[in-house]
Amino acid sequence: MSITQILFWFLSVMALFSALMVITSKNPVYSVLWLIMVFFAISGHYFLLNAQFLAIVNIIVYAGAIMVLFLYVFMLMDLRKTTEPMKNRWIRLAGAIAGGCLLLVLVAALRDIDIKNDVAQVKTGEIGLIRNLGKELFTTYVVPFEISSVLFLSAMVGAVMIGKKD
Amino acid sequence: MKTALDIVYLVPLLPLLGFVVNGLARTILSKRAVSVIGCGVVLLAFALSCAVFVEVRGGAQLATEYFSFIRVDKLSIPFSFQIDALSTLFLLIITGVGLLIHIYSAAYMHEESAPHYARYFSYLNLFVFFMLVLVMGGNYLVMFIGWEGVGLCSYLLIGFWFRNHEYNRAANKAFIMNRIGDLGFLLALFWLIGTTGTLNFADIFSGASRLSTTDVTIITLLLFVGAAGKSAQIPLYTWLPDAMAGPTPVSALIHAATMVTAGIYMVARSNVLYALAPVSMYVVAIIGLATALVAASIAMRQNDIKKVLAYSTVSQLGYMFLALGVGAFTAGVFHVMTHAFFKALLFLAAGSVIHALGGEQDLRNMGGLGRKLRLTAATFLIGCVAIAGIPPFSGFFSKDAILLSVFVENKMLYAVALLGAMLTAYYMFRLYFLTFSGSFRGTQEQATHVHESPAPMTIPLVILALLSFAGGFVNVPSVFAAGAEYLSAFLSPVIRAGEPPHIPHSTEWMLMGLSTALVLIAILIAWLQVRRERFPEPQGLGKLLANKWYVDELYENIIVRPVHRFGGFLQTSVEKPVIDALVNGVGRAVNYGGRQLRLLQSGQVANYVLLMVISMLAIFVLQFFLRK
Amino acid sequence: MPINYYIFLSIALFCIGIVGVLTRRNAIIIFMCIELMLNAVNLMLVAFSKMHHLKGVATNAAAGSEGQILVFFIMVVAAAEVSVGLAIIVMMYRNIHSVDVNFLNRLRH
Repeated sequence: MSITQILFWFLSVMALFSALMVITSKNPVYSVLWLIMVFFAISGHYFLLNAQFLAIVNIIVYAGAIMVLFLYVFMLMDLRKTTEPMKNRWIRLAGAIAGGCLLLVLVAALRDIDIKNDVAQVKTGEIGLIRNLGKELFTTYVVPFEISSVLFLSAMVGAVMIGKKD
Repeated sequence: MKTALDIVYLVPLLPLLGFVVNGLARTILSKRAVSVIGCGVVLLAFALSCAVFVEVRGGAQLATEYFSFIRVDKLSIPFSFQIDALSTLFLLIITGVGLLIHIYSAAYMHEESAPHYARYFSYLNLFVFFMLVLVMGGNYLVMFIGWEGVGLCSYLLIGFWFRNHEYNRAANKAFIMNRIGDLGFLLALFWLIGTTGTLNFADIFSGASRLSTTDVTIITLLLFVGAAGKSAQIPLYTWLPDAMAGPTPVSALIHAATMVTAGIYMVARSNVLYALAPVSMYVVAIIGLATALVAASIAMRQNDIKKVLAYSTVSQLGYMFLALGVGAFTAGVFHVMTHAFFKALLFLAAGSVIHALGGEQDLRNMGGLGRKLRLTAATFLIGCVAIAGIPPFSGFFSKDAILLSVFVENKMLYAVALLGAMLTAYYMFRLYFLTFSGSFRGTQEQATHVHESPAPMTIPLVILALLSFAGGFVNVPSVFAAGAEYLSAFLSPVIRAGEPPHIPHSTEWMLMGLSTALVLIAILIAWLQVRRERFPEPQGLGKLLANKWYVDELYENIIVRPVHRFGGFLQTSVEKPVIDALVNGVGRAVNYGGRQLRLLQSGQVANYVLLMVISMLAIFVLQFFLRK
Repeated sequence: MPINYYIFLSIALFCIGIVGVLTRRNAIIIFMCIELMLNAVNLMLVAFSKMHHLKGVATNAAAGSEGQILVFFIMVVAAAEVSVGLAIIVMMYRNIHSVDVNFLNRLRH
C-alpha cells in the first residue's frame, strides 16, 4: 500500500469516528470539539486531492470562524454541563434506523453503476491551486462572487436585526 | 262515436282524481265542496258503469292492455283490464252502493272538522278506485294491486279516528290478518307463473286443462287462503268484528258490500281452475259452512248493534263460499249482490240509530225506538226480512239458490246450512226487537234528543230498501217463471263451470217451504225471548258465545305473545349487540383513526425531518430497485 | 483513488449527519450536524472535480474546476446561514430560556 492509500484510510477513519462522536457526546462542547476534528480530517482529504485553496479555506472559515461562533453561543448560554435530557428512546431508535437504512440504500444503489474505473486524481493536478481557481473565479464566476458579498451584507444586517433587544 | 267501453278506464280514474283533489286540498276546501267532489266522481263513475253494462249486455266485451308493466325474459305481465259480465256486475254494485254510501256519509260525518272530513272522503274515493281496479283487472297481478290497495284503505278508514289507540289496534289487526292471506295469494301467483308462465286470465283459463291436478289444487288452495284473509273466513275472521271501530258508513261500504266480497269475486273469476280441483272446492265449502255456523252462533249473544251485523257479515260470506264450494258460482255471486243491498241497508240504518242516540251502540240501552224513528225502523225491518230469506224479498231468492245447490250436493251439509239460516233469522230479529220494540231503556237525556236522520241519510236507506225488496227478481228460478233467470244467463259466458242442478219442481217447492217455515219459527222464538226484557249474565254455552268462543284470546296466547317475545329477544340479543355495535363501531373507529392521525401533526421539527428521510428512502428504493 | 471510496465516505458522513439531526434535542447540536452534512457534500464535490479534471485535462486545462467553485460558494452560504441561524437561536433562548427543540411545537397549530 502506498503512502497515499494509508493516508486516505487514516483520514477516513478519523472523519467517521469523529462524526460519530459528534452525535453521541453528552456534553455539547465536546461535540463542538469533535466537529472540529471532522473538519480537520476533511481538510486533510482536500490536501490529498491537491485542492489546496479549499483545504485552507475549510480550516480558516469552518474550523476557525464558524465553530468559534458556536462556542461563543455556548458560552452565552452557559451550557457547559449536560443539561439536555435525551430524547424519547423510540424516536432515537427510529432516527438511527432511518439513517442507517438511507445509508444502505444509497450504497446499494451505487453498487451497480459503472464508475469503478474512474479515479479521482490525487497528489497532482493543477486545478486546486490558488492561481487557477482564482482565475476561474474572477472570470467565469465573477457575478456570483460579487453577489455573495451582498449575501454576506444581508446576513450581517439580518443577524444584528434579529439580535436587537426590542 | 266512442263507446262506453272505450273510455272505461275513466271509471277507476275518476275516484282516483277525487282522492288526489280532496287529499291535497283538504285544508282549503269547504265541507260542501269536499262532499260535492267526493260524491260527484262516484256518480260519474256509476253513470259510466251503467253505460258499460248496457253495452256488455248487448254482447260486447273488452280486454285491453294499457302498458307493459313487467317484462322479464319470457315473463310479460301488462297492465290490462278485462270487462265482461262478471266485472260489469261488480262495477255496478261498487259504484252504485258506493254512491249511496258516499251521499249518506256526507251527512253522517258532518261533525268532523273540514280537513278530517276531506281526509275521509279522499280515503273513501281511494278505496273505490282500488276496488274498481281489482274487479276490472285482466290478470292476477292487476287484481292483486287492487287487493292490496283495498287492504290499505281498510286500514286507513278503520283507524280514521286515529287518536284512539283501540281503534289503531283494530286497524293493525285488520291489516296484518289481511297480509297473512295475501301471502297465500302471492304464493299462488308464483305457482301460476311457475307452471303456466303467465298471469293473464284468458291464457290461464284456456290452458287450464293442461295443468296437473296437484298443481291446480295447490294454486286454488293458496288463492283461497288469500280469500279467507280478505273475506274473513275461518281462521282469519277475527279482524272483521274489531273493524267496527271505524265510522259506520265505512263498515257498510267496506265490510259489508265491497271489500269483503273481493274474495268471492276472485274465486268466481277463477271458476275454471276451481272446477278442475274438487279437493279445493270441498275445502272451500266446508270452511264456508263452518264459518257461517260459528259466526251465526256468536251473533246470537252479542250486545253491540254493529258487532251483531259484523258477525252476520262473516256468516253470510260463509254462505257465499259454501255456494262456490258446491259449484253454484252464479248463486254465490247472486248472493253477493243481494247481500250488498241488504247489509249496506242494515249498517246504514244502524248508523242512523247510533246518530239518533248520540253515539250509543249497546243494545241493552235501546228499545222502543220504532215509534220515534219510523223511517229507520221500517227500512231496518225490510233489511231484516231480506236477510232472513222470506219471500218475495231478494234474500229469499239468493239464499234459496244456495240451499238448493247444497241439497243436491250433500244432504248433511244442507241440514247444517238450514240450521244456520234459522240462526240468522233468530239473531237478526232479536236485534230488531231489542232496538225498535218494547220500552226505551236508555237515559232521559237520550230520550229527549232522539230524532229522525236528515234527508241525505234517509234517502239512501229508502233506495236500498227498495233494492233489497226487488233485487231478487233478476234471477227467479224456473219454478216460478220459466226463463226468468236473467242473471245466470248474463253471467254464463264467464262462469263456464257448474250447471244448474236438475231437481223435480215438487222437491224444490218443498225445500222452499221448509226453509221459510223454519225461518218464521226462529223469528217467533226471538220475539218470545226478547219480550221478557231481561239481560242476565250469560252462563255456560251463552257465555261461550258471548265471548266469541274465546278465539281472540286463543290467538293472543298462541301467536301474538310468542311473536312479541321473539321480537323482544331479537332486540336484546341481535339488535343491540350486533347491529348497533357495528354501526356505532364504525363511528368509533373513524373517531379513533382521526385522533391517531392527529398525532402526526406534532409540531416537532425532528418528526417532520424523520418523515422526510423516510420518504427519501422510499423514493430511492422505488427509483433504483423497483423500476425493472 | 477509485471514486467509489470517496462516494461511500461522503454518503456515510451524510447519513451520520442525518441521524444526528433526528436524534438530538439541542438545537445548536442539530445545527452542527447540518454543517457536517454540508461538509460531506463538499468532499464529494471536490472528489468529482478531480475525476473530471483527470478525464478532460487533455482538451481543457481547467476542466473540473466547477466543482471546487461550487464548494467555495457553499462555504459562503454556510457561513451566512450560520450567523443568522445562531442569532435566531440566541433570541429563542432569550424568550424561553431553553434550546430544547421539543418546546418549539407551534407548528402543531
